[in-house]
Amino acid sequence: MRVAVVRFPGSNCEPEAARAVERAGGEAFYVWYRDVALQGADAVLLPGGFSYGDYLRSGAIARFSPVMEAIRQHAAAGGPVLGICNGFQILCEAGLLPGALVRNAALKYLSRPVDVRVERTDTPFTRAYRAGELIRIPIGHGDGRYVAPDELLDALEHNRQVVLRYAGAPDADYPANPNGSLRDIAAVCNPEGNVVGMMPHPERLAESLLGSDAGHRVFVSLLSSGSLTPDS
Amino acid sequence: MTWRVHVRILPRAGLLDPQGQAVEHALSALRFPDASNVHVGKAIALDVAAPSAAEAEARVRTMCDRLLANPVTEDYEIEVAAGGAA
Repeated sequence: MRVAVVRFPGSNCEPEAARAVERAGGEAFYVWYRDVALQGADAVLLPGGFSYGDYLRSGAIARFSPVMEAIRQHAAAGGPVLGICNGFQILCEAGLLPGALVRNAALKYLSRPVDVRVERTDTPFTRAYRAGELIRIPIGHGDGRYVAPDELLDALEHNRQVVLRYAGAPDADYPANPNGSLRDIAAVCNPEGNVVGMMPHPERLAESLLGSDAGHRVFVSLLSSGSLTPDS
Repeated sequence: MTWRVHVRILPRAGLLDPQGQAVEHALSALRFPDASNVHVGKAIALDVAAPSAAEAEARVRTMCDRLLANPVTEDYEIEVAAGGAA
């Protein structure tokens, strides 16, 4: 499977994402944000970072990049798309995912591990986890508070579009929900399930050399789901 | 004709506004207990070429809906005045 990792001005962790794909058995390559085609990619990863300096709102300007039209078509055809952190923000701004990500409730940039519960295991990025499994992976964001109107939140629950939820035991220093996300939402998907956005960074903890490979199975999930893409 | 347009963007009413709350607490600590309901948003100023004020406002409304404001989390107000920035 060929996986495009999209680079925006201000992206980060693209090499980690590419390496995580390759360690899971895929072929990763970079696509520039000004490209208008995905070079035959079977799946697309939008990495983290601070595209366009987070000017105006996180992801608000990146969503109009030339590459986004190709991503929109890829998604509409059922192709897998994963947005991590800033990638999640871009997908929300682009309307490919519901809701929005705003400033953390405590107004602080947070860089720390979080525990999340896998709520849904039939997406191309979570099928290698067990339903209800708790995994500990890192976050690094200032604008990670997931918000949406109540009716939309109800619809997301009803349609099973919540993919990950913050679920750790609170400790002395931190609440379980680090950023005040409504309904503890850490990741959502579109109604079809092929587009997923998550605030945590699985690619930053995807090999045991780093102390844990809890994020590795996000990429294993993708590589074992090739049949989701129409032309692969 | 050129119009000077000011857009005021505020967090949607009812949505938690942690920046507004933090500023309100700071004002209270500075002994301004008379300040309440504080919200922090953005102001954007731009010149718009349009035949009339109404058309300038309509253009900027479209700009707000597409880019300047997030329809999920923010509300905006538009003010149009004659003449561009000096």
